[in-house]
Amino acid sequence: MRDAVRAFLEKECPPKVVRDAWTNDTGRSGLWPRLGELGVLGVLAPEAHGGFGGDELDLVLLLEETGRAALPEPVVEHAAVAVPLLDEARAEAAAAGAVTITVAPPSGLVLYADTADLVLLGDRFVEPGTLQRRRHESVDGSRRLFAIPAPPPSVQLASVDRVVLGIAAQLIGLADRMLTMTVDYAKERHQFGVPIGSFQAVKHHLADVALALEFSRPLVYRAAWSIARGDDDRSVHVAMAKARASETALHAGRVALQVHGAIGYTTEYDLHLWMKRAWALAASWGDAAWHDARVGRAILDTDRLPEEQ
Amino acid sequence: MDLTFTDQEDAFRADARAWLEENVPRPPLPSGDTREGFALHKEWERALFDARWAVVSWPRAYGGRDATLMEWLIFEEEYYRAGAPQRVTQNGIFLLAPTLFELGTEEQRDRILPKMASAEETWCQGWSEPNAGSDLAGIKSRAVPDEANGGWRLSGQKTWTTRGAFCDRLFGLFRSDPDAERHHGLTYFLVDLRAEGVTVRPVERLDGDEGFAEVFLEDVFVPDRDVLGAVHEGWRVAMATTGSERGLTLRSPGRFMAAAARLADLYRRRADDGALDSDPTVRDAVVRAWIDADAYRWQTFWTVTRLMDGGQTGPEASLVKIFWSELDVRLHETALRLLGPRAELVDGDDPAAWIKGWQFALSGPIYAGTNEIQRNVVAERVLGLPRR
Repeated sequence: MRDAVRAFLEKECPPKVVRDAWTNDTGRSGLWPRLGELGVLGVLAPEAHGGFGGDELDLVLLLEETGRAALPEPVVEHAAVAVPLLDEARAEAAAAGAVTITVAPPSGLVLYADTADLVLLGDRFVEPGTLQRRRHESVDGSRRLFAIPAPPPSVQLASVDRVVLGIAAQLIGLADRMLTMTVDYAKERHQFGVPIGSFQAVKHHLADVALALEFSRPLVYRAAWSIARGDDDRSVHVAMAKARASETALHAGRVALQVHGAIGYTTEYDLHLWMKRAWALAASWGDAAWHDARVGRAILDTDRLPEEQ
Repeated sequence: MDLTFTDQEDAFRADARAWLEENVPRPPLPSGDTREGFALHKEWERALFDARWAVVSWPRAYGGRDATLMEWLIFEEEYYRAGAPQRVTQNGIFLLAPTLFELGTEEQRDRILPKMASAEETWCQGWSEPNAGSDLAGIKSRAVPDEANGGWRLSGQKTWTTRGAFCDRLFGLFRSDPDAERHHGLTYFLVDLRAEGVTVRPVERLDGDEGFAEVFLEDVFVPDRDVLGAVHEGWRVAMATTGSERGLTLRSPGRFMAAAARLADLYRRRADDGALDSDPTVRDAVVRAWIDADAYRWQTFWTVTRLMDGGQTGPEASLVKIFWSELDVRLHETALRLLGPRAELVDGDDPAAWIKGWQFALSGPIYAGTNEIQRNVVAERVLGLPRR
């Protein structure tokens, strides 16, 4: 399934699709119904309701692919949060991609509140037309954001865990893609008569990104597994995953830009599409420091032993 | 990825925990990198061996339990959780033994492994030389055939040999073909440090222990049966152990989880004393060290799951070595910050353990291939960047 989604996105969501989302009317890819057909949107919906019947481990594997492709869609909000909350009839439509549902975060900045059919506001779904919305521009031009005046009531904890987890998975995918792009570039680009990737200073930058990825990805899988089996400390595990995934993606972007040099500093080149998505997602639903603080409260303000964490 | 422990694994954990609780020496033993501490550690190793906990992953015939990789990890978690002594048999068990299992003869395995596991014979490694450190292929120590006596004559100098002053035997590489260069023409030998022509000079380490040694060899006879693997194929043979050293088996996550738990405990005590008000950022460092130790644990589980499904470890082991060695330094640096002006004390309980551990941690990014070399390996062999 993961491989199928990767292959689909490589073919159908090349950089041009991400780039077009900056200037088209929706900020989106046009692939929504096909993501429904593929099973991405209904990954958590029961098979009886037209879903894939998967758990959070399946979810993160697919969302990592959407990050790798920088897919411009509210796929985390829709697939990880909204679908599991819907009744049978609406879950079926949502799994199929017949509707789009987005989620109002505590920041009050709602993604795609113009093209979404429903917005999850606290514990209820509302039609976006009923909300007072003010359009904001994001540094990532595909992210169509709308500020709603009153901060939404708190979202259910289980939903928060899943949205944070989903974004962490996307950040891993973004980081992985930026590393791949940069390694490829460092092999091709010649200076002083040799590929720049043969210089140790460049090698060590890239090795550090590989290191960060190697040790943040398992935290994402572990958090997914904790949610799937209802571990008491799943929220702490999710916080660990988001903290390190955010940091890894920002680090990957920074290194990617440095190694690419001036070409990476242009908007003609594709790197910025991935880097800016990483900036936005790393800060959304709690940045690394915010999640580190949550972990700190859990592990330092109690007397619990590590294996009971 | 299934991360649920089986009933068998849970039972294994319970057995290990019960035995360790009963038997771990209290108070803790003195450093095993001193002469008197080494002797006490050998007694502890013997007790471990008699209870079949010394080498759980080995076959029963050699004193093990045929444990799976996952069970080995569980044992290691329990070992460090119990605050059990450092393993002075480590270099033999974790570095030489895997090579013996893979490339040794049956005669060698039968003769060497049980004594290694029981600490009757302790092993040290002889890789580095004065002019061959990171550039290990620059080895100059040589081996000359002694056909009349059915063996070889070894001459040269090895250095930075951990616990070389106390160990019985050494494993290492020697240049057996004088016309070959670099990685070619090396042979892997097992050397008796009591043999005629061997001189061992202890070298004091940064932390004051005699943990290092220089080993001088002058026309030392080694019989053919103590050649490991094929003659002149020593580089390939040795790489089997450096893979273990960098990767999974040298530094199990249990060690860092136990250190992170001690760090969190130290933080809580210092915070309760009101000692941390002037350093609000130290809390973040504690949290990060904790998360990193956890990340190391889950990365290891993930790797072990893949290995148990028939996967292989390769150059990714270099990522692991960089991560644990730098994590170890950060963990200890954070503890020293928490201790403040008492961090320098080497005669207290808490401070002494941390500053000792910190000095040991500082060696991690250097030994087993410096982290600069490891980053090159990652760049070239994991990411595929050009060598030159």
